[in-house]
Amino acid sequence: MPKADLLDPAGKAVANALQRKGNAEITNVRIGKRIELHYAKTPTEAEVEAAKQIAADFLSNGVIEDVVAVTVEN
Amino acid sequence: MKIGVVTFPGTLDDRDAARAVRLAGGEVVKLWHADADLQKVDAVVLPGGFSFGDYLRCGAIAAQAPVMESIIDAANGGLPVLGICNGFQVLVESHLLPGGLIRNENQHFICRDQKLIVENVDTAWTHGFKLGQEITIPLKNGEGGYIADDETLKRLEGDGLIAFRYSEVNPNGSVNNIAGLRNERGNVVGLMPHPEHAVEPGFGPDTPLAMRSGVDGLTFFTSVLNQVVNS
Repeated sequence: MPKADLLDPAGKAVANALQRKGNAEITNVRIGKRIELHYAKTPTEAEVEAAKQIAADFLSNGVIEDVVAVTVEN
Repeated sequence: MKIGVVTFPGTLDDRDAARAVRLAGGEVVKLWHADADLQKVDAVVLPGGFSFGDYLRCGAIAAQAPVMESIIDAANGGLPVLGICNGFQVLVESHLLPGGLIRNENQHFICRDQKLIVENVDTAWTHGFKLGQEITIPLKNGEGGYIADDETLKRLEGDGLIAFRYSEVNPNGSVNNIAGLRNERGNVVGLMPHPEHAVEPGFGPDTPLAMRSGVDGLTFFTSVLNQVVNS
């Protein structure tokens, strides 16, 4: 997700559109990303740790984004 | 004097950058993203464009290319590297320069002749300018808003690492009007505007003297060539 204190221009554009549509109760919109890493088998704990590292080093840029969660799903 | 110009998939301005190098009197060596061999160049230009379609983040995938491993090593050893627009984004994603670049504040792609103030002349790419000089070169980007945390900004301001600031208009919401940065050593410079599009009379920005006569961008390339010759 874009960091909370940063301007998210895309989110702002969507928030403006929602308010135009009469959704006055929605005060703000922020847009993030979901990135799926697929494995042949259920990843081991070490592989999940490696994925967290990949998320921090490459999939996100700590200057502008936060990694919200790294989860294992089926 | 050999200057490497890197092409990634999606690079647009490699030919203009090569032309700028030639007009400044340098010899161009084309470097390919997948080839880690820098072919003994004396300096490198990372040109503008949309490397890897701007997927993930602008410059993020290019920063992982084989050629960048060599460039990061060489830059840490003092090789002059200039990153223009997408090349600046690649430098930031490679951690050769700090901070990040996000979508322009007003969400529009901006294309204009942009006035800049030269804030630092102790670099390989800017020593031909006068400190405080106002120059005009084209700017064209959608994600040129420079940001950094407060601590980084303090360091950039305190250590004189800001190379260029936007003058009159801040086109993209960059903090402290930052248009370009240098590293501590002064061999790495990155900026969003495009010096390579202001190098030849008849094809540059308008000046008070004549239409399209602006060649302020040429000084980036003559600066590095002079330094390479002198060293």
